[in-house]
Amino acid sequence: MNTQVDICGITLKNPVMNASGTFGSGMEYASMVDLNRLGAIVTKGVANKPWEGNPTPRVTETPSGMLNAIGLQNPGIDTFIERDLEFLKSYDTKVIVNVCGHSEDEYVEVVERLGDCDNVSMLEINVSCPNVHEGGIAFGTQPEALEKITKAVKKKARQKIIMKLSPNVTSIAEMAKAAESAGADAISLINTITGMKIDIRKRSFVLANRTGGLSGPAIRPVAVRMVYEASKAVKIPVIGMGGIATAEDAIEFMMAGASAVAVGMYNFHSPTAMTDVIDGIEKFMAENKIQNIQDIIGVV
Amino acid sequence: MISTKAKVTDTRKLAEGIFGLTLSTKAAIEAKSGQFIMVNTKSEAHLLGRPISICDIDKENESLSIVWRNVGYGTKELSTLKEGEEVDIIGPLGNGFPTDEELIKGKSITLLGGGIGAPPLYALAKELSSKGVKPVVILGYRSESAGLFLKDEFERTADVIIATDDGSAGVKGTVIDALKEHDVKSDIIMACGPMPMLKGIKNYAQEKGIDAYISLEERMACGVGACLGCVVKTTHKDHHSQVNNARICTEGPVFEAKEVEI
Repeated sequence: MNTQVDICGITLKNPVMNASGTFGSGMEYASMVDLNRLGAIVTKGVANKPWEGNPTPRVTETPSGMLNAIGLQNPGIDTFIERDLEFLKSYDTKVIVNVCGHSEDEYVEVVERLGDCDNVSMLEINVSCPNVHEGGIAFGTQPEALEKITKAVKKKARQKIIMKLSPNVTSIAEMAKAAESAGADAISLINTITGMKIDIRKRSFVLANRTGGLSGPAIRPVAVRMVYEASKAVKIPVIGMGGIATAEDAIEFMMAGASAVAVGMYNFHSPTAMTDVIDGIEKFMAENKIQNIQDIIGVV
Repeated sequence: MISTKAKVTDTRKLAEGIFGLTLSTKAAIEAKSGQFIMVNTKSEAHLLGRPISICDIDKENESLSIVWRNVGYGTKELSTLKEGEEVDIIGPLGNGFPTDEELIKGKSITLLGGGIGAPPLYALAKELSSKGVKPVVILGYRSESAGLFLKDEFERTADVIIATDDGSAGVKGTVIDALKEHDVKSDIIMACGPMPMLKGIKNYAQEKGIDAYISLEERMACGVGACLGCVVKTTHKDHHSQVNNARICTEGPVFEAKEVEI
């Protein structure tokens, strides 16, 4: 049985990784999850300097999901390289670094700093965070803006780049094509869907940021549809995510066209979610006599 | 910390809306007073673990007890669990109260618990007493009729002073009112309770120039330091975050009052 997948020339031992921001840099979960089993670890978004993020409350539960408005708090690239990337060196898994910024220059600065980091296989460019007011999603909701940032990053990147797309757009196919035409090596989707929750007793917003990004199984059908539309529109690989909880969910995304998948919010519910998904995929392959996991990608 | 199933070995109702469980789990082996566990519901619609503080620890029998107030779906579901059922938990989590010999030796220690802030102080009171530093414990409740939960248990291990909002038992007022009225000599205060109480303690400790350790709570998603949902503003740059934010679930939930902006 072969569970390996290829993402723009990088071979993953299996198609399962975490969604950025839901697994720290792996360090936080290392005592509970065998990180060596994962196809890849995607680190939480990192910027050129430390970011404080948003005021609290930053998270709240919603039906089969949650809203978050962390605001990309991160320790900055210096600490990230010294501590988080150093930690990951002792594990046998691919490392994908999620990059964020307020401006084109800030994204490029981080991408350049990561160029010398040998244990980084790919960069995921976060142009779709709904919770920061400058940068982030501003680059990810207009095709022209997405093309511009993709080109700027691609020009300086030593690693392959994955553009992480927002679902908060009218046509995901158009955004996928914009990323591809500007030189992206792969795309990942979906980031969270902008939502809101109101505390009716306090007559105010639950989250200090008022709006937040919705994730979890609640968004899964939207994500499957968008992964399907995006993968039909482009030739570059698609990494699918949005509410994956089980192997069945992961397989659904792959049949919709994803070459690899990411587990997000469900890691919080069950730290072993990713290894459970990997076990379940192997079981599904055995039961359905699938020799090669790549054979199910985009079969619908 | 471990992620595991824990078997319910005992259930109890302590007062109206206040419930407790004893769980058989290896998480007890490493547990400290002031730490918490994340407890999952069985509902596919309610996916985030509920952070609940540890009330008592029995390392020998590998069991933990927790006590909570029913406030929403998760806690209400927990209160319906029966002996023999299993729950998914992650724990033990957080730093816990400081109980190093060099910090506590020869000191007068006062524990302040407001409402559902009392349970995490129970394991602490027992630990301090066993180390020869019997604390004064001031417990604040709504009223005698609403239930003075855990009072009897605390009285077996510490000197207890009661405060109630309506004066139906002990001092009328807050735990801070009781602290002042009884003029309790304190070198160190350790506290858990609602935010207005913790702010009052921070100010009191500052005025008196004494050390205060307070246990904070905030909405959290992961409980293990990954999501950065539950931060508190800190006086100094936090080593992990590199900004003035510390994770309540990991650097906390217990902080020195002077180190946090609340």
